[in-house]
Amino acid sequence: MMPNPSPSYLKDLASQIRRDIVRMVHGCQSGHPGGSLGCTEFFVALYFKVLQHNNKFNMDGIGEDLFFLSNGHISPVWYATLARAGYFDVKELSTFRQINSRLQGHPATHEHLQGIRVASGSLGQGLSVATGAAQTKKLNGDNKLVYVLMGDGEQQEGQIWEAAMYAAHHQVDNLIATIDYNGQQIDGPVKEIMDLKNLKAKWEAFGWQVLECNGNELEELIVTLEKAKSLTGQGKPILNLMKTEMGNGVDFMMNSHKWHGVAPNDEELKRALAQLTETLGDY
Amino acid sequence: MATKFTFTEKKDTRSGFGAGLLELGKQNPNVVALCADLTGSLKMDAFKKEFPQRFFQVGIAEANMMGLAAGMTIGGRIPFTGTFANFSTGRVYDQIRQSIAYSHKNVKICASHAGLTLGEDGATHQILEDIGMMKMLPGMTVIVPSDYNQTKAATLALGSHHGPAYLRFGRPSWPIFNAPDRLFTIGKADKLIEGKDVTIFACGHLVWNAIEAEAVLAEKGISVELINIHTIKPLDVEAILASVEKTRCVVTCEEHQINGGLGDSVAQVLSRFRPTPLEIVAVNDSFGESGTPTQLLKKYGLGSENIVAAVEKVITRKL
Repeated sequence: MMPNPSPSYLKDLASQIRRDIVRMVHGCQSGHPGGSLGCTEFFVALYFKVLQHNNKFNMDGIGEDLFFLSNGHISPVWYATLARAGYFDVKELSTFRQINSRLQGHPATHEHLQGIRVASGSLGQGLSVATGAAQTKKLNGDNKLVYVLMGDGEQQEGQIWEAAMYAAHHQVDNLIATIDYNGQQIDGPVKEIMDLKNLKAKWEAFGWQVLECNGNELEELIVTLEKAKSLTGQGKPILNLMKTEMGNGVDFMMNSHKWHGVAPNDEELKRALAQLTETLGDY
Repeated sequence: MATKFTFTEKKDTRSGFGAGLLELGKQNPNVVALCADLTGSLKMDAFKKEFPQRFFQVGIAEANMMGLAAGMTIGGRIPFTGTFANFSTGRVYDQIRQSIAYSHKNVKICASHAGLTLGEDGATHQILEDIGMMKMLPGMTVIVPSDYNQTKAATLALGSHHGPAYLRFGRPSWPIFNAPDRLFTIGKADKLIEGKDVTIFACGHLVWNAIEAEAVLAEKGISVELINIHTIKPLDVEAILASVEKTRCVVTCEEHQINGGLGDSVAQVLSRFRPTPLEIVAVNDSFGESGTPTQLLKKYGLGSENIVAAVEKVITRKL
């Protein structure tokens, strides 16, 4: 990993990964661009700044930080990030969602894609898995951390709250969870589909230390994740409530749930790419 | 009438699990255990007491337990989850499917109180569909041991088995007929009695009922080959076909629905490789109810007398 990437390099990465996302989803005419675009800064910050990880992938991940993606449908941003971080060749991004690919529609371990430690897609399961992995780290005397990203619509799943209760009760304080708080889900705005009401108060009531940030502001996000790191080891799991904009970076994909799971056509691809500079070379 | 296997003691198979888990904990420091508020019922107290750092109380939250277990494998731990069979399978099927089976995690799902012999709690808890659900998952090993000693042996064997597995056992006190040192190999059928007229394939508690049935049939001059299919998946196809080659008719016995269980697996093997008359002793597409284990087995057609009747019927169907 690059020891200390400059802010401008991180911005270049974000722009390139957004191009990758839109091209991947266009290439197979399916997938989820909206949430992927909204979480691009998070993945850049995590993989190029915050996470202590090794792109020579090892399933057990002993002595390194681990990341789990619970809302597996935003696989395009994860795959693009992993490829750009050197886990596998960026050329493989062109196989996304196609037959015989390791880049399944939703992340899977079955095809042995480097960087993926558990399958996800059926929502609500990632926090439990991350919590278990964090407890194994503790048992192993491994002082590295475990990160997990969840969706806000996903907060409607009961298992999330089982895991939230458990992690606080068992003081799993080497765990940093983030919620992509974009306010949208497939059927419409979260507020209309199933209002989460005061999400921050809910997590605090469950016994978590809660931070908030704007997830599309790279510097603010990095500061928040560093703050989260500094709060580990104090008896409480940490939650980062991260406001993002679904579709961020492509004007016509923003401010709507419409692009949650729809691929752009040729014309829309052109319009999207015109807004995203090719910085590191397309795959 | 003398059975070829005898017993001097009865014990619950769940206690065999508890004893096996404790021993495994001593043998292998990577073994961890999780329980969803049923530590006493699952006989996990001894492990908990001996290895408090490696025991995780999850509360009444089985979905979370399955996810936790999947995560705990990352870093080399071998999690054994404990709750009732109903809450170990149907309640958490999607968690098992995605986080454990599809992700090929080394989680051992240990399930007590399976089948009718759970007894008085009634049909809400008497799951009779779990073998079917679990055997359908790609890569899932499914083991249904027959007594205390075999459940202990199976638990120990799982410690050195890699991959997801389902271990099914139960609540009632049951005859211990397997010697403590009887060889147990995952995926290898165990021939208990050699015979030539009919083969009985049985699993779980019903192996004992089949032992009783064999004694009755022997007096009637019918020579029964009795094979304990303790591993439903991977199924020992070779042992099944070898026996059938000789006897040319089959009865299967299980404490499970007729759909999806051992009989179903054996039927598939027979119809594909050696079409053979088959009778299935199992619950006939119905839920259970409250009662004592013996009353329930009798009412739902799983007693040794039902096995005897099935054998007499299948012999008349021989080709």
